Amino acid sequence: MDAVLGQLYAGISLGSVLLLIALGLVLTFGQMGVINMAHGEFLMAGAYTAFVVQQVFDSAGLSLLIALPLSFLVGGLLGVLLEVTLISRLYSRPLDTLLVTWGVSLVLQQLARDLFGAPAVEVRAPRWLQGNVEVFGTPFTTGRLFIVALAVTSVAVLSAVLRFTALGRRIRAVVQSRGLAETSGIDSRRTDRISFFIGSGLAGMAGVALTLIASTQPYMGQTYIVDAFLVVVAGGVGQVRGAVLAAFGLGVLQAVFAYSQSVSTAKVLLLLVVIAFLQLRPQGLFSVRTRSLV
Amino acid sequence: MLELSGVRIAYGRTEVVHGVDVRVPADGVAVVLGHNGAGKTTLLRAAVGLLRPRFGRVLLDGEDVTALRPYERVRRGLAYVPQGQQAFPQLTASENLQLVADGRKDGEARTDEALDLFPALRPLLGRRAGLLSGGQRQQLAIARALLTAPRMLILDEPTEGIQPSVVTEIQEAILSLTRRGGLSVLLVEQHVGFALTAASTYYVMESGRVSASGDGGPASSGAVRAAMAI
Repeated sequence: MDAVLGQLYAGISLGSVLLLIALGLVLTFGQMGVINMAHGEFLMAGAYTAFVVQQVFDSAGLSLLIALPLSFLVGGLLGVLLEVTLISRLYSRPLDTLLVTWGVSLVLQQLARDLFGAPAVEVRAPRWLQGNVEVFGTPFTTGRLFIVALAVTSVAVLSAVLRFTALGRRIRAVVQSRGLAETSGIDSRRTDRISFFIGSGLAGMAGVALTLIASTQPYMGQTYIVDAFLVVVAGGVGQVRGAVLAAFGLGVLQAVFAYSQSVSTAKVLLLLVVIAFLQLRPQGLFSVRTRSLV
Repeated sequence: MLELSGVRIAYGRTEVVHGVDVRVPADGVAVVLGHNGAGKTTLLRAAVGLLRPRFGRVLLDGEDVTALRPYERVRRGLAYVPQGQQAFPQLTASENLQLVADGRKDGEARTDEALDLFPALRPLLGRRAGLLSGGQRQQLAIARALLTAPRMLILDEPTEGIQPSVVTEIQEAILSLTRRGGLSVLLVEQHVGFALTAASTYYVMESGRVSASGDGGPASSGAVRAAMAI
C-alpha cells in the first residue's frame, strides 16, 4: 500500500511540474500554433530569477514570494521580446519558427553559462517548505506539495481568465480565426503579444517552482521541454483540461514504469504509450466539436 | 462614404482584380454581382483590409484607409460579414456577441438591438456557435457586425447556402437595415432580384473587371441579366 501511494504521489508530483510547464505551451503552442523551443529557457530564466532574488533578500521565504511574480514578469517579457522580434515574422511558418526558437534557446543557455557559470547554483528552499507531511503513513515532501498547489492554482486562474474575461474571449477568438477577429475590431497582434506574455510568464513561474526539487543550471529547460510538448499534444491541442489530465496521466505512468524499470527504460515505455495513444486518437484527449467546419 | 479607386489585387504574381472603381454613396446600397470567380469576394476583402491592393486606394469617408489594418477600419465605422456564415465556433453565441460589445459603453444596448433584429438567436445564446445551423450562424454574424455601430456595412453573399425560410428572414433584416438611414451597405449577392430591390447602385463584375454598372431598383433587372448573360 505504501509503495502504491508513494508511486502515485511521485506521479502526481511529476505531473504537476509538467503541467506548470505545459500550461504556457497550451497558450503559445496549443492556441497560437507556435512551436517555441525556447520555452524551456524561459523556465530556466525563472529559476535564475529566484537565485538572483535570493542574493538580494536573505530570507528564503520572502525571496520565494518575491521571485514568483518577478519570474512571471521576466519570463513574460522574454516571451514578448521573442514574439516581437522574431516569431511575429514567422507566423504560419512552423518549421522556420522551430529552428529559430531552437537557436534562441541555445543563445539563452550560453548567456546563462556566461552570467552564472556552468555548474548548478543553489536556491535554498524556505524552512516551511522543508520536511515531510505524512498522508496514510506515506511521507510527502512539502516542496512537492507546494508545486501541486501552485499548478492547481495556475490552472484555475488561467481557465478563469480564458473563460470569463474580455481578454480571454479575445485570445480564444484570435486563435479560432485571426481574420474574423480583426474584422470584428480586435487588434490580433496585440492579443498575440499578451498571450505570449502570459504563456512565457507561466514558464518563468514554473522555473521558480522547479528550484524546490531540481538543480538550477543552464540546461534545465531541455530536461522538460519535450515532455511538456507531449502533454499538450496528448491532451488535445489548446485544451487546458486536456493538459491537466495528460500531465497527471503521463506523470503517474512514468512513476509506475520507473518503479520496476530504470529511468531511461521508463521514459522509452512512456513514449511508446503516447505514440500508441496518438495513433488511436490523433486529436488527443479532447478536441473541438463543431456541426460543420467554419 | 466608401470608395475603391483603381484597385488592382493579386495573389502572388497573378492579378485577379484589374483596376476596379466602386463607390458606395452615403446612406446608399451598392451591390456587386457576377459569376463565381469574377473577383467579388477578393474586392470586398481588400475593402476591409484583409488583402492589400497592389495599386489603387480605399477611401472611407474621404480618408485613405488603404494602409490600415482591418481592426482600425472597424474602429472607423466599417463592419464586415464574410462569406460562409463565419463565427468563432468554440465560443458560445453569447460570447461571439460579447466579444465585440466588450469595452463599448453602448455594448448592452447594441446587443439587445441586434437580437431584436434576429429574435431566433435569443434562446441559442448559450450554445457554441460551431453547433448552430448555417442560417443561425449567418444571423449571428450579421448581429455581431452590427454591434460595432457601423456606418458602412459590407456583406458577402449573406444568403448563400442557407435554407429558403431563413433566407427570407435575412433578406428582410437587410432591407430593414438599409431603410433605417445612417448606414451605407456594400453587398455581394447571387440573388439578382433581392440584390436589385435593395440596391441604389449596381456593379457587374466579370474576370476581375467591372463590366456594367448603373442605378439599382427592379427596373434595372433586364440590363443586369443581359450583362451577366443569364
